[in-house]
Amino acid sequence: MTTRAADLTAQTLERRGSSAMRPIRDALAVTGRNLIGYRRVPQLLVFSTIQPVIFVVLFRYVFGGAVNIPNYQNYLMPGVFVQTVVFGAMTTAVGLATDLKSGLLERFRSLPMARSAVLAGRTGADLARNVFVAALMAAVGFLVGFRVQTNPIAFLFGMLLVLLFGYVLSWIFANVGLAVGDPETAQAAAFPVVAPLIFASSAFVQVSSMPGWLQPFAKYQPVSVTASAVRALMIGGPTASFVIQSLAWCAGILLVFVPLGVRRYRRTV
Amino acid sequence: MGDVAILVEGLTKRFGDLQALAGIDFEVEVGTVFGLLGPNGAGKTTAIRILTTILHPDAGRAEVLGHDVVGDAESVRYRIGLAGQYAAVDRNLTGRENLRLIGRLAQVEPSEIPGRANELLQRFGLSEAADRPVRTYSGGMRRRLDVAAALVQRPPVLFLDEPTTGLDITGRNELWDMIRELVADGTTVLLTTQYLEEADRLAGRIAVIDRGKVIANDTPAGLKAQLGSTVIEIGMANEPSALSAKELLSRTLGDRVEREGSMVRLTADGAGTLMDVLRSLDAGGLGPASIAVREPSMDDVFLRLTGHHAEDTAVPEADGAGKARRKRGAA
Repeated sequence: MTTRAADLTAQTLERRGSSAMRPIRDALAVTGRNLIGYRRVPQLLVFSTIQPVIFVVLFRYVFGGAVNIPNYQNYLMPGVFVQTVVFGAMTTAVGLATDLKSGLLERFRSLPMARSAVLAGRTGADLARNVFVAALMAAVGFLVGFRVQTNPIAFLFGMLLVLLFGYVLSWIFANVGLAVGDPETAQAAAFPVVAPLIFASSAFVQVSSMPGWLQPFAKYQPVSVTASAVRALMIGGPTASFVIQSLAWCAGILLVFVPLGVRRYRRTV
Repeated sequence: MGDVAILVEGLTKRFGDLQALAGIDFEVEVGTVFGLLGPNGAGKTTAIRILTTILHPDAGRAEVLGHDVVGDAESVRYRIGLAGQYAAVDRNLTGRENLRLIGRLAQVEPSEIPGRANELLQRFGLSEAADRPVRTYSGGMRRRLDVAAALVQRPPVLFLDEPTTGLDITGRNELWDMIRELVADGTTVLLTTQYLEEADRLAGRIAVIDRGKVIANDTPAGLKAQLGSTVIEIGMANEPSALSAKELLSRTLGDRVEREGSMVRLTADGAGTLMDVLRSLDAGGLGPASIAVREPSMDDVFLRLTGHHAEDTAVPEADGAGKARRKRGAA
C-alpha cells in the first residue's frame, strides 16, 4: 500500500461518510448493536419487566384494598405503564455508563461516525425495548381486570404518549450515565431522582390524598401529568389539559437534555 | 526522510494538577514503526488519545497525514485505526458482529464488510470463535479482536496502545509478525510500550517519554549505543563492600556504575567489560556474592537517561488507568 493507494482507501470511506444519511445509518447500527445486547443478556429485560409486574400485583392486591378508589385496577394500570418507562429510562444511564467504562465510547470517538449516533442509538434501542415492555404490561393489565373505558384509538394514543415520555426521560438519564461513567454508580444516582417522581405522583394514588405541602409538586410534575393524561385517554375524563401539560414537559426536557447530552458526549471519554 | 505520517509539535495536556504532557515533539515517517517507550503515567496514552482525536490538546499541534487532529479531526478519523489498552470490544456481540459494527461505523461499503471480517477473523485465529459472544473469549482472544477491529477499514496509520499487554509469548510473537506485515504493506504504526525489547524488535525509531516529556528520540541501535548492550549486576556480601566495589570500578568505567544497597550495576558493551570487571574486583580483593548478566530493560534506559527509576507516576488520568478519570467524566 503506497501513500497514494492508502489515501484512495480513505477517500472511498470519506465519500460514503459524506452522505446526508450518515447520522441515520450510524444511529441504526448502534441501535442494532444495543438490541443484540438485550437479546443476549436477558437480565436487562427482566429488570425492566419483573419489577413493574410486581408493582401491579402489589398495588392491585396488597395496597389496592386500602386505596379509596373504585375500580382501582383501571386507575392503577395507566400509572403502571408510565412508571414502567420511568424506571426503564434508568437503563439508558446504565447502558451508556457501561460503554464509557469499557472504553468502547473511546473507540467510537476515534471513528468517522456521526457524533449523534451513540446517544441516538442508545435512546432508540431503549425505545424499542419499551414498545416490547409496554405491550407486555398491557397484557398483564388485562389479566388483572384492567379494561379500556374509552376506545381502542384513545388507548393507542395513550400508549404512544407513554412511549414518548419514556423516550424523553432516556435523554435525561443519558446525561446521568455520561456524567458518572460507572454502571453501578449510574443506577445508584438515578434511583433517588426516580423514586420521588414516581411515588409523589398521581401514578398510584390521587394527589388530593397527599399532605398540602406536597400537592403542588405532585400535581404538576411530569410523571403526574403524564399518568393523568394516559389515564384520561384510557378510562375517560378531561384529557386536553393533561395531554398538553405532558407534551409541554416532553418538549421542554428534550430542548434542554438533547443538546446537553450531545455536548457532554463530545467532551466526555 | 520520506513523507511524514505523524507530526507532533509542542503538545501539552494537563488534567487538574497533573501535567500529562509537558510539550512533546516527534515525527513519524510513512511506512515505519515508531515506538513510544515509557512507564505507566508517562503520558503515552494521552499522546495517543490526542492523535486519535479523542482528546483536545491544551497547546501545540499534531497532524496525521497532513490533517490537523483538532481542526480537521474528521479527515484524520478516516485515516486511522486504534487499538487501545482496554480491548474495547462489545462483550455481548460476537467477534464477527463486533467487526461488522466497526466496519459500518468506519463507513466501509456494506457489501465489503462480511468479506473483510472473515479475512481478519482468519488472520487473527478467531474463525472458530467468530460467532460466539466475546464474553466467552479469553483475554488474549479479546486483545486480538481489538486489534482486528482497528484494521477493518484498512487504515494507513495505525495506533496501538500497549498492544501486547495481556498476551502470552505466542500471542505476542504473532502480533509482532502481524505488525511487521502491515508495515511491509506501507502502513505506518505508532505503538506505545513499557518494554524496551518490544520497541527494539519492532520500531525503526523510539521516543523515550518520561513525565510528559520526550527524553530521547533515536533508533534502537542509537539508544543501545548510549546504554551499552548488556547490563551486569554484581551482588556483594554487604553495603560496605558494594561501596568499595563501586569506587573501584568507577575508576575505569566512570558514571556507568551505580550502586543500590549491596548491588552494583553497570552497563557494558560486551563480554570484554565483564572480564575487566572481574579482574579488577579480584585484584581489589573483593569477591562478588552473585553475578547476573542480562539485556537492558526499560528501567535501565531510564536510569541511564534520567538518573531515576522508571517509576509509575500513575496518577489515574495520566495514562488512562481509567476508572478515576472516567468517573469524573469530562476531565
